[in-house]
Amino acid sequence: MWDFPFLPNQASTFAAEVDAFYFALVGVTAFFTIAIYAMIWWFSVRYRRGKKADRSNAPTSNHLLEAVWIIIPLGISLAIFGWSAKIFFEIKTPPQDAMQVHAIGKQWMWKFVNEDGKYEVNELHVPVGRAVEIKMISQDVLHDLYFPAFRTKQDVLPGRYTTLWFEATTPGTYHMFCAEYCGLLHSGMIGKVHVLTQDDYDAWLADAGGSATASSGGGSGNALVDGAKLFEEKVCHTCHKSEATAIAPTLVGVYGTDVQLQDGTTVTVDDAYIRESIKNPGAKIVAGYQPAMPTYEGQITEEQIVQLIAYIKSLK
Amino acid sequence: MPAEHYLNVKYGLKSWLLTKDHKRIAMLYLISVTVMFALGGLFAGLVRLELITPGGDFLSADAYNKAFSAHGIIMVFFFLIPAVPAIFGNFLIPIQIGAKDLAFPRINLLSWYLYIIGALLGISAILAGGVDTGWTFYPPYSSQYSQSHVLLAGLGAFIAGFSSILTGLNFVVTIHKMRAPGMTWFRLPLFVWAHYATSLIMLLGTPVVAITIVLLVVERLFGVGIFDPSIGGDPVLFQHLFWFYSHPAVYIMILPAMGVQSELVATFSRRRVFGYSFVAFSSLAIAIIGFVVWGHHMFVSGQSMYAGLVFSILTMLVAIPSAVKTFNWALTMYKGSISYETPMIYAIGFLGLFVIGGLTGLFLGAMGLDIHLHDTYFVVAHFHYIMVGGTVMGFMGGLHYYWPKMSGRMYPDGWGRLSAMIIFVGFNLTFFPQFIAGYLGMPRRYYMYDPDFHIWNIMSTAGATVLAIGYMMPLFYMAWSWKWGRPAGPNPWGAKGLEWTTQSPPTTFNFDETPIWNEEAYDYDPEEAEAEYEREFGTIN
Ligand code: HEC
Ligand SMILES: [Cu+2]
Ligand SMILES: [Cu+2]
Repeated sequence: MWDFPFLPNQASTFAAEVDAFYFALVGVTAFFTIAIYAMIWWFSVRYRRGKKADRSNAPTSNHLLEAVWIIIPLGISLAIFGWSAKIFFEIKTPPQDAMQVHAIGKQWMWKFVNEDGKYEVNELHVPVGRAVEIKMISQDVLHDLYFPAFRTKQDVLPGRYTTLWFEATTPGTYHMFCAEYCGLLHSGMIGKVHVLTQDDYDAWLADAGGSATASSGGGSGNALVDGAKLFEEKVCHTCHKSEATAIAPTLVGVYGTDVQLQDGTTVTVDDAYIRESIKNPGAKIVAGYQPAMPTYEGQITEEQIVQLIAYIKSLK
Repeated sequence: MPAEHYLNVKYGLKSWLLTKDHKRIAMLYLISVTVMFALGGLFAGLVRLELITPGGDFLSADAYNKAFSAHGIIMVFFFLIPAVPAIFGNFLIPIQIGAKDLAFPRINLLSWYLYIIGALLGISAILAGGVDTGWTFYPPYSSQYSQSHVLLAGLGAFIAGFSSILTGLNFVVTIHKMRAPGMTWFRLPLFVWAHYATSLIMLLGTPVVAITIVLLVVERLFGVGIFDPSIGGDPVLFQHLFWFYSHPAVYIMILPAMGVQSELVATFSRRRVFGYSFVAFSSLAIAIIGFVVWGHHMFVSGQSMYAGLVFSILTMLVAIPSAVKTFNWALTMYKGSISYETPMIYAIGFLGLFVIGGLTGLFLGAMGLDIHLHDTYFVVAHFHYIMVGGTVMGFMGGLHYYWPKMSGRMYPDGWGRLSAMIIFVGFNLTFFPQFIAGYLGMPRRYYMYDPDFHIWNIMSTAGATVLAIGYMMPLFYMAWSWKWGRPAGPNPWGAKGLEWTTQSPPTTFNFDETPIWNEEAYDYDPEEAEAEYEREFGTIN
């Protein structure tokens, strides 16, 4: 209770620059605040009523001065804008080779699925020194995934994927918060992110137990396995075979490729496209096929879609 | 006290509830807005009490969420928006421009009734069990998930919105049409300019939030998909519509207080406001640019990165007119003849707090940093510096400045100064630690929080206690002065301006005959003020 912490841990590649920027702004604020206070103080003492002072020819306007205090703040604020834009682009642009993680927010928990299909709830293990991109979606209301130690956050919306990325620099355990109000237990929608050295991370991955037990009821503990099972349960496999048929295209090897659509445009098969194909198959029709695929809108959770995506991605 | 004035021309409840006198309506607002302020403050107290400890021990999570929502909704819609314009704008604009009343006295009364209906709906939402969406009403939580009384509260805000539209309309027409002979645009007090700019925002912005609330209600009641993606809507659309109004709304709240600030600094420095036309036009600039910066609330909402860039640079621009005002106020004191009655203490407090509030706005308008700060206590601290440090200080300053005009009597100045200083200290103790908690990563609207943030919350709650004491003191000495205060006379502060040429309290029609105004605004002479002081008291040194 009696510590006075001022800064969160610095644990990502952008943390140090965000902090430097912050301190620069604190400096600007302190400078102007002190300058204005000093000015008022000085005037207050010097020109107190009843105190002798030169009050002759008191000026009531001065265009040069006005220009000065328009141009100087303008310059400062544009400099602030420039620096902040640079940081913004960095934080908003994940590198190509980032490790992919899925996150599903729902009242009031975070569920993660990593590249190998491993589940975690309210906890996330990541290796140090490797870019991690999190694709997020909400099952219900707005949420926001926030890692103060990484200086980044992003709203998590229902109905569409948003992404957040970071590269952790220091092993350790840090806060994970929900930063967008989401109802009763908003403040309980928290967790920990564990940054591990590569060795520890590999060991954690290999450990079949661990947080894998955190899978949803009846699941296998692995999203790839659950996705394969769903692919049959939801009868996707009756149309989508390992080779293209007259009925439907194959899904083997499509992830990441460009697909020709009926209307002549092309689209890259990514998470958002697969999700749309499942929820609203009529929106984009693959060239050469009938719009025969049924919609799964209302019959499938975001988590199941993530499992299917993980499975389809693994089909090589 | 003068024999006849607006307060004693008629007695009885009916003479008040059916009055068309802008001054009586202002008094009706003063009472009702003060009640809402107290109520909003009560909920703030509950919130701060809960946050003394990191765990959840005083309220339940549900009660906490309802408490911060009630605090926000009451303070924004029923206190901050009407506070300065509906009370002081109403009372003073006609007198300052030399008119008998506002252009539409009946509509003015209607505004008050709409405000009261809105406020009663808001209160009934709370009594019926509360609202738990926060004042921002973000869907799909508010439209599909919340079990609380969203409709009632939304309806309250909707109706109160019409009150502010009508007030804006009334002010615009009055200022255009009813200025006394000689009262040209550039002789208007800056208080009037600030209200003119405010009225434009009220007229142009408020309808948008009204429509937004209607859309929300339609989705909640009839399940029409507008904002909820599961039925085909877009939640980000709501945020655009909401902030299109709610960002300009912060200027509805702060501009009138800036108007008060100009009056106070000029009067108590015995100086014409430095750079009069720059201060006047900066109000308009704020009103106009303020309409195109709303996206700075949405840097992490999923809006496009390039939209973010545009909103950020525009936000940087809107900071400039505020900076211009600040420098001009400070320089007004240069070579002044400065005295330190209660209103001036508030004006000095305003200046200091507004500088911090404004500059921390740059932190949030700077996208790269806002990603970290968004929805943390840093934001909470920032807007309280503007809204409490700015608007409430302006409100209190205005109250202490115009009270002698409104009531005809003086309050004890020593008590006034003491409470102003207590408020200043309590305010900083409450909100400064929240900047630090925010940068550390404490999210807002958290019922329980990590022990890392504990000490800052203890300080904040301690500060809130001091602040509450400061706010309560004026209730007592103002009430006392109503009966026993020394009669103020027409011009207790030695101020310039038409409002100080009438008796205090003024008569129903303000002036016996239409005044003719031949002076510039703030036609002060500090040397003359000194000479007068010397004649009366001799020089101190
Ligand atoms: C009744 C047959 C049928 C079923 C069942 C079916 N699909 Fe399809 N699917 C199609 C057809 C036909 C297309 C191509 C036309 C189109 O784009 O809608 C298609 C297209 C797709 C595509 C886009 C493929 C590409 O190459 O662009 C994806 C992804 C997809 N389906 C996934 C699924 C999943 C996952 C399921 C199970 C949940 C499923 N489908 C069930 C018939 C079906
Ligand atoms: Cu939340
Ligand atoms: Cu804003």
